[in-house]
Amino acid sequence: MTLGSGSVDLPIVLGFETSCDETGVGIVRGNELLADAVATSVDEHARFGGVVPEVASRAHLEAMVPTVHRALETAGLKLADVDAIAVTAGPGLAGALLVGVAAAKGYALALDKPLYGVNHLAAHVCVDQLEHGPLPEPCMALLVSGGHSSLLLVPDVTSDIRPLGSTVDDAAGEAFDKVARVLGLGFPGGPLIDRAAREGDGAAIAFPRGLTGPRDAPFDFSFSGLKTAVARWVEARERSGQPVPVADVAASFQEAVVDVLTRKAVRACKENGVDHLLIGGGVAANSRLRALAEQRAADQGIRVRVPRPKLCTDNGAMVAALGAQLVARGARPSALDLPADSSMLITDVLV
Amino acid sequence: MPQPARVRERPAGGAIMAPVLLLAFDTATPAVTVALHDGVRVLAEYTEVDARRHGELLAPGIRAVLSQAGRDRLDLTDVAVGVGPGPFTGLRVGLVTARVLGDALGIPVHGVCTLDVLAFAVECDGPFAVATDARRREIYWARYTGPQQRDGDPAVDWPQQVAPRLAGLPVAGEGAVKYPDAFAKAIEPVYPAAADLAELTVRRLASGAALLPPQPLYLRRPDAVEPGARKPVSQPALR
Repeated sequence: MTLGSGSVDLPIVLGFETSCDETGVGIVRGNELLADAVATSVDEHARFGGVVPEVASRAHLEAMVPTVHRALETAGLKLADVDAIAVTAGPGLAGALLVGVAAAKGYALALDKPLYGVNHLAAHVCVDQLEHGPLPEPCMALLVSGGHSSLLLVPDVTSDIRPLGSTVDDAAGEAFDKVARVLGLGFPGGPLIDRAAREGDGAAIAFPRGLTGPRDAPFDFSFSGLKTAVARWVEARERSGQPVPVADVAASFQEAVVDVLTRKAVRACKENGVDHLLIGGGVAANSRLRALAEQRAADQGIRVRVPRPKLCTDNGAMVAALGAQLVARGARPSALDLPADSSMLITDVLV
Repeated sequence: MPQPARVRERPAGGAIMAPVLLLAFDTATPAVTVALHDGVRVLAEYTEVDARRHGELLAPGIRAVLSQAGRDRLDLTDVAVGVGPGPFTGLRVGLVTARVLGDALGIPVHGVCTLDVLAFAVECDGPFAVATDARRREIYWARYTGPQQRDGDPAVDWPQQVAPRLAGLPVAGEGAVKYPDAFAKAIEPVYPAAADLAELTVRRLASGAALLPPQPLYLRRPDAVEPGARKPVSQPALR
């Protein structure tokens, strides 16, 4: 992409993300990504089979300043070049969020720059602009990660996000983690299941598709029953003394998840007359989800946008991207008493 | 009334001191406390007691003391922060803020044990102890032989384990107020004041005494249990 002559005048935004186990610091100028530094504590959580909030929070404190400097170095900028600060205010782990919010306030105070406390899910939607340019308005967003599974109608990512449905129990990524554990594959489960599934047959075992009955909420998800069904199937197999076909179980489980996700996402697009589907969140890195979404969407004349994997998982660039949009649209900055809100609603894009 | 001991004397011999503007804060107890000190006296103070709003109160508190004193953030020469021990979430708000300010302003960040800040304000002849609330029915505590002499490292324990070891010594801090059965002689102060943190830091800087790095004193490992063998989801067959 070549820069327009005015792009050097666009504000430079420093974005902070600490809602889970990644300490993300990103820098953008308009829709241009300048740096995306991430420190992760994922290895410290692996032996616990899931993210331990206190372990994540401690890691955020230690990683914060070094990660800021890694981002600045990549961008070839100094702190003094920053025009605005954006930070994930929620939703996420309360203690983890607070480290990022306090850090962002510290930089905003020290640099005397405006602060924007933003919604983590809106940032996941907005990040695609860094890769594929301005978002079509409206677009449909399917956000799937270890903490979230949501279908969102997005007329305007800076001010108007309408939740159509979300998971009623486990997030999709959580189900991947739990099934990976049942199969003895390790943590985090997403990439491990994806890899194992490539050798397996997704139609080998008919695992249930949750909330797909005629009277079920059309855009809500449920993955808890699926996870239990997989565990039961594996246990029955073990009891009968037969080997567990790990690749087939992984593929069939994955197929059940992505079948429901893509079916509902495409239906949401059709019912709302939307012709762009954006997929974000860590599970968007799943190869089968992407392939099936593209196939089903193409059949309906819908275009799918998926940012590259590094922008799908939690990162600071997505927060900076949303911050840059808010600055561009003249949004009012957040107050310095901005709270971290672990259960922030998706309808609140900016605090 | 300020105690004579707490008024800072200029060093003998008329040594010329570089101008100091120290920003001090502590978030290791329910008090969010901020002070600005010019090396001679406290210029402004802000304290709010609210155990659940450290993240919301600290930054406005910093802005408030700067504006009260009519000073700019760029005039700051040092940051001092209470490094706990204290409840983790609030404690980290102070520490990350201190590190970030030090980073962005290019100034040193000094750490002081929060129990030492409380001890510094104790007016008492002879030994005493400081105990703050560690939640989960425990206290963070340390013994002192005087306001600036800690006797041993801070620890976290149940009040009833600590009480016999203190043998009726007066105890400052919220721990004494919260557990009167264990600590009969509660003394002031209940919470640390950043004014004391600032004064203590200025003295330690002037005397060349050691200050701590801005590292949290957690004293507890994170709560996390490694999963055991996978629990079966299938019902065992009834017999």
